[in-house]
Amino acid sequence: MGGGILILFKHKDLLGLKDITAAEINFLLDTAVPMKEIISRPIKKVPTLRGRTVVNLFYENSTRTRGSFELAAKHLSADSINISSSSSSVAKGESLYDTARTIQSLGADVVILRHPMAGAAQLLAGTVEAAVINAGDGAHEHPTQALLDLFTVRERRGEIAGLRVLIVGDILHSRVARSDIWGFTKMGAEVRVCGPPTLVPPGLEETGARVYYNLEEALVDVDVVIMLRIQKERQQQGLFPGLREYARLYGLNRERLALARKDALVMHPGPVNRGVEIASDIADGPAAVIEEQVTNGVAVRMALLYLLTGGGDRHENDY
Amino acid sequence: MPNLKEKARIIDKDGIRRALTRIAHEIIERNKGTEDLVLIGIRRRGVPLARRLAEKIRAIEGSRVPVGILDITLYRDDLSTLSHQPVVRQTEVNFPIKGKKVILVDDVLFTGRTIRAALDAVIDLGRPRNIQLAALIDRGHRELPIRADYVGKNVPTSRRESVAVHLEETDGVDEVVIMEKT
Amino acid sequence: MKMIIRGGRVLDPASGRDETADVYIRDGLVSGPFKADKTTRVIDASGKIVAPGLVDMHVHLREPGYEAKETIATGAAAAVRGGFTGVACMPNTDPVADNRFIIEFIKKRAAEADMVNVYPVGAVTKGSRGGEMAELADMRDAGAVAFSDDGWPVMDAGVMRRALQYCKMLGAVIISHCEDKNLAAGGVMHEGYYSTILGLKGIPASAEEVMVARDIILAAETGCPVHIAHVSTAGSVALVREAKKKGLPVTAEAAPHHFTLTDRAVAEYNTAAKVNPPLRGEADVQAVREGLADGTVEVIATDHAPHTVEEKNVEFDLAPFGLVGLETAVGLVWTELVHTGILTPLQAVAKLSLHPARLLGIDRGTLAEGGAADITVIDPELEETVDPQHFAGKGRNTPFAGRKLKGLPVMTIVAGKVKYER
Repeated sequence: MGGGILILFKHKDLLGLKDITAAEINFLLDTAVPMKEIISRPIKKVPTLRGRTVVNLFYENSTRTRGSFELAAKHLSADSINISSSSSSVAKGESLYDTARTIQSLGADVVILRHPMAGAAQLLAGTVEAAVINAGDGAHEHPTQALLDLFTVRERRGEIAGLRVLIVGDILHSRVARSDIWGFTKMGAEVRVCGPPTLVPPGLEETGARVYYNLEEALVDVDVVIMLRIQKERQQQGLFPGLREYARLYGLNRERLALARKDALVMHPGPVNRGVEIASDIADGPAAVIEEQVTNGVAVRMALLYLLTGGGDRHENDY
Repeated sequence: MPNLKEKARIIDKDGIRRALTRIAHEIIERNKGTEDLVLIGIRRRGVPLARRLAEKIRAIEGSRVPVGILDITLYRDDLSTLSHQPVVRQTEVNFPIKGKKVILVDDVLFTGRTIRAALDAVIDLGRPRNIQLAALIDRGHRELPIRADYVGKNVPTSRRESVAVHLEETDGVDEVVIMEKT
Repeated sequence: MKMIIRGGRVLDPASGRDETADVYIRDGLVSGPFKADKTTRVIDASGKIVAPGLVDMHVHLREPGYEAKETIATGAAAAVRGGFTGVACMPNTDPVADNRFIIEFIKKRAAEADMVNVYPVGAVTKGSRGGEMAELADMRDAGAVAFSDDGWPVMDAGVMRRALQYCKMLGAVIISHCEDKNLAAGGVMHEGYYSTILGLKGIPASAEEVMVARDIILAAETGCPVHIAHVSTAGSVALVREAKKKGLPVTAEAAPHHFTLTDRAVAEYNTAAKVNPPLRGEADVQAVREGLADGTVEVIATDHAPHTVEEKNVEFDLAPFGLVGLETAVGLVWTELVHTGILTPLQAVAKLSLHPARLLGIDRGTLAEGGAADITVIDPELEETVDPQHFAGKGRNTPFAGRKLKGLPVMTIVAGKVKYER
């Protein structure tokens, strides 16, 4: 108070966690705490973003992420519209640049973009004045998923620093893995990744992550296991021989989970391939926090919408 | 923020204590006891004041009155006019307020906009039987039709002045001072 | 028409000449000394380099078919502004330059532009589809100086082998864009740390090196020369070095972006840095520089590939490969290679003029008396910041915008006529 205003989160957009600091991540997670309280109320609505417009621009199907963002906007009383590839000129070959110009003309305050190509969010952010939230761009980043993972772990463990976090599966194609690697590394966790060599991209060590190809070795003493969804199409691309063998080598089951710490958390960005990457009894067991992740996702996205529409000064009591 | 200079110290530690004791008595009297009574402090300084009032009510009546914390940031009506929005903190009202008599507690009653936001925030939590307002200081200059049911002290001020309530819990000292823009 | 270029540092790699001297031009040819009269233009070149006209043996002029990107006229304007008096243009036009009519069309358009010597490269296979051989002899007779399927490399080794056998008869070189399409597999940038963090599909170094090795083996077997276009990896440089040691008919070129930039330039999804072969790692850039220094790589060529702003202002995956190079090449060679001591000015000039001219079998690249007066004057101390808005070509797709260059062409003379002067 009295002195200058301390700005704790000052970005026009959230494109990824690579360029966000640990202090900013912490502040975002702090803001998500009161948001989560709002979700627990019988009347899950505050008037904060009344009159603001949020555009959900989805070039890929995503029931979960889109639903989560929609709910977050609605809880904050923002007006939101959905533009998806099947319903708009996107399907008619309108370029992202043209769509961006249209959105600019609509006067949107926030655009949430899901796109199959890496870098699309950055392209959009450079074209529109609205805040752009990357809801997943190709294999690049999916920062809000990582934020909700961080929130979930912090809520369960109190602190993220010092934890061992293992990410298992198709790292090559996973934007969740990349955002999680940046997020957990910045917050002081030790990050391990594990998958078949054909699904682990080169140069990962330079991010600070440690690479394993053997799941048993990777699991020893970890506090958090994040299992990624394996896509069947990768088999057709010849990246691994088949789901049966994949499950045998990289599926999480009771015996393997016993190698991790006793209180280890099991996470998954969903939707889960039961019996492939996670055995059913683990997915439904006490270690799994997969449903909590979904709830926390709404809280984290509310915090983000609030902060990107101008929230975030430590500026109190001059009201 | 403009530079402010302390002009006068209008209430000291004892003055605050006496004012809160009187308000506690008035609350009990007006509500004919403590049944269905809850206190909700508005962040920040309404919170320690609500706790103190609850303590005084317990000393007088021997019954515990629940205390909640209200953060009204998300209900402010000036969010779109501020270049940046303030830090949101948690609202902690861990009891149902349906059918309760809610005493909102704040340090200074000024334009009435904080209270307007607080009323919306409380109503979003449930449907209370009624809502009453306790303020340590009423400095006038209302912009909305809002008045306090319990007032520690009426302090006529000019717009150039501001009233600062300092409390042990938040500021290390109990006092009320008038500040003036320099 | 007479001209005297006075007092410059004359560099003629064909004779090894490197001295301060005057160069005389009469009737479009380099001549012996004569006395200046009223009709003689005398150019003071003191402090400047006077070199044989530079030849870029790897450009895309886009005409016919892609005139929005570039035309032969605009490409020629870009060439002379960049100090080039000759360019060899790749056949990936629409229609593909796989027959004599397209070759003739290009020659005709170049003559109309009357700016720069244009040397068409014909396609190896019909439509550059990698199957049936194109009419190579017919095209050669129409003026094609070499053959290449450039961006659509001949994947079928059998086809490549037969094309080499056939070209041996013609005495023409095949320019090979070395890329195994199965290994590249839809990649859009170099495979490494940056492709990983950007989430973009990587093109491994092996995609290039496997093909370099294949083409070296085929060159050895057929005895037909192969020119490896735009080497970009340390492995490719090493393979070419080995082949040369064995005396095989293998040559190689490097592009300025490959000895200047790494894949880091792609960060932020800069589509101006999307090029094929991709910008590689630090060790690769070093290896290309070493290859240039030790003579393994004897040609510097730009792979000038203009695209429209609209085509490049899209998602990285959707942007076409390629960047413009004609107007930044000399500046990059001097800034990155000459001023750093990697190449002497004479070596740099050789890689930009004599060597490509010899490879293409054209009588250029020398200042010998009686030869065509294609001359480039370079001011080695002149500095300029790259501003694509000043380019004479249509393309603005350069990753070098804002970069400071030292050593720039100040005059370009084609057949005794000043085509560019700053």
